[in-house]
Amino acid sequence: MESILVLAHSDETGEQLSKGSLEAVTAGRDLAARLGATLTVGMVCGISGNLAKSLSSAGARLLAVTGEAFAQPRYASDAAACEAICRTAQATIVLAPHSSRFARVMAAVAHRLHGCIDTHVAAIGGTEEIHATRWFYRQRMEAVVTRELRPWFLLLVTGTHSAFVGEAAPVQIEEIAVEVPVLRTTVLGTRAPEQGAILAGTASEGSSQRWETILPDAKLLFVAGAGWTKKQPDGKSHVAEAGELILQFVHAAGASLGSSKSLVDQGGEGTPVLPFLTHLNQVGQTGSTPRHLKGLATCCHGEEPHVVGWRFIGERRAISLDPNCGWTRGKADVVYVADAFQVMERVNALLGTQVPCGVRGGIS
Amino acid sequence: MPDSFHIVVCAGIAPDPLQTLEPTTSPNGPGVKNEMLLPAVLDPWAASALYEAANLAAKRPGSRVWLVSLGPKAKLQQLMMIVAQKASFELIPIDGPIGGFTDAHSTAAALAEAIAAIPGLDRTKLLLFGGWESASRGAGITLQLVGERLGITDQFQGVDRIDPREDGSFEVLERVEAGKQQASVFLGAPAVLGWATGNLAEPRNSPQVGMGNMRTIMPALQKANSVKLETNSLRYISVSLPSQQRTTRVVKDLATDEIARELVEWIGAE
Repeated sequence: MESILVLAHSDETGEQLSKGSLEAVTAGRDLAARLGATLTVGMVCGISGNLAKSLSSAGARLLAVTGEAFAQPRYASDAAACEAICRTAQATIVLAPHSSRFARVMAAVAHRLHGCIDTHVAAIGGTEEIHATRWFYRQRMEAVVTRELRPWFLLLVTGTHSAFVGEAAPVQIEEIAVEVPVLRTTVLGTRAPEQGAILAGTASEGSSQRWETILPDAKLLFVAGAGWTKKQPDGKSHVAEAGELILQFVHAAGASLGSSKSLVDQGGEGTPVLPFLTHLNQVGQTGSTPRHLKGLATCCHGEEPHVVGWRFIGERRAISLDPNCGWTRGKADVVYVADAFQVMERVNALLGTQVPCGVRGGIS
Repeated sequence: MPDSFHIVVCAGIAPDPLQTLEPTTSPNGPGVKNEMLLPAVLDPWAASALYEAANLAAKRPGSRVWLVSLGPKAKLQQLMMIVAQKASFELIPIDGPIGGFTDAHSTAAALAEAIAAIPGLDRTKLLLFGGWESASRGAGITLQLVGERLGITDQFQGVDRIDPREDGSFEVLERVEAGKQQASVFLGAPAVLGWATGNLAEPRNSPQVGMGNMRTIMPALQKANSVKLETNSLRYISVSLPSQQRTTRVVKDLATDEIARELVEWIGAE
């Protein structure tokens, strides 16, 4: 007989459970109902009261490890907290969100409990036994796996389940006392990645989003390829104008900004480069694999190492001057064979942004 | 403050990203068709870790860098002809199976055992580097398990940058959600750092560095221990290629204004 434990943590504000945690609660409820198993939810957070109220209708036993040391993501404290919850719950299946916080520690927790772990799980199926679906070789192969060893930890990819929503009501929580381990790490907090000065000059007034990278909640992914820095028909490259067009579009459309590796790497090779792009923007074989409803690729060849990062993008469109680029070979829904500079300038105008004309000069 | 570091980089082998991959089944479980024949690279994230290790070691005289890699001996030798020219290191090869379908727990056990046995390794100076994920299994847990087995409780994943401080501590930036970085300070070695892409460009090939490395790499490969990886009850129900072919509409002769209008409508549509 299986028993299910869902591990959850607070979001950055500390006021509520993270979205990924609430999705894991949904997955845990589904699995428990299917297997006729008991469900426990364990929380790691600063203060549990308000967080747990949202789980009043989850039909689960609630456990929590709380305290100042557990408010921040850190390997030593998180591993100790999760280990204590798992030992109390004695569950055979442990579900948790594949967040940066839990991805950092959960394999170690599984090891401490002599269990096993599978990560990046996109679906949980099976009736006689539990089947977990995940990708291998950077989303190029999909596998369904099972294990007999218990406890079996499964880290669930965010966006694969709906977030649990329940009416907030008082609940009974079992607080677990955990001796805080020796802490050699101090968390300073989160910050925006350092990017070039061009960004500061073009970010919209009053915007809290002064850096542009992969934003999980955006509907659109905009990807800039190396073509933006290549020589244009006038024989010159126009990096400054490219940067302005890209940033104005990203701000106007509220889009995630991705890039190909070749464009980001140009910075290390002495080529004019878009200064707001860093390795954090990379999408593809050596970058991220974001999940957005739509994606628009510009000046990018659409070959496999890059397109593997588009596996979970719903509708795909591309703008390219090359009518034989990778996108035209069944990788995009629509490919516009056109000059991205001209198209994006018109798109920005239609979206109501100010596009300075005649800026086709190099960036200093 | 420790004036030098002992940096161990764990790095696997991955198929060259430009190769077409096809799954296949053997009596030992799933694999990639012709994987031994496919051109291979040092796993991209682990390669970033190696370059960061070499960079840090160069700034601290007396530091040492070891590269621990598990794979078929012949494939490791092939790969080292390229990697050895990028940075100075001592190779600790482990002769074992290739591929991403092996169990990460068993892989971590083999790596931890090999690291614990490195002659002259000072654990108080140990910085365990590697990729935060890989381009094969991509589970992002192997390095963490190695660190846990070695008793290291300061671990960081998705690392973009580390800055050693005068007092021996380090400031570290890790990638977290919403395109942000988490900044932390840890007191110093020992620590585990699973690198994302880092900030360094790939070093140019240096035949001189390559020749220096190969003097120790070839004897190390000859003495490599063989390991058999347990499955830890991992069983594959299926492995398949995703259906990814779309019916592409190629728009060649549409005016720029029309394309822009079509795109804006598409972006705004629910």
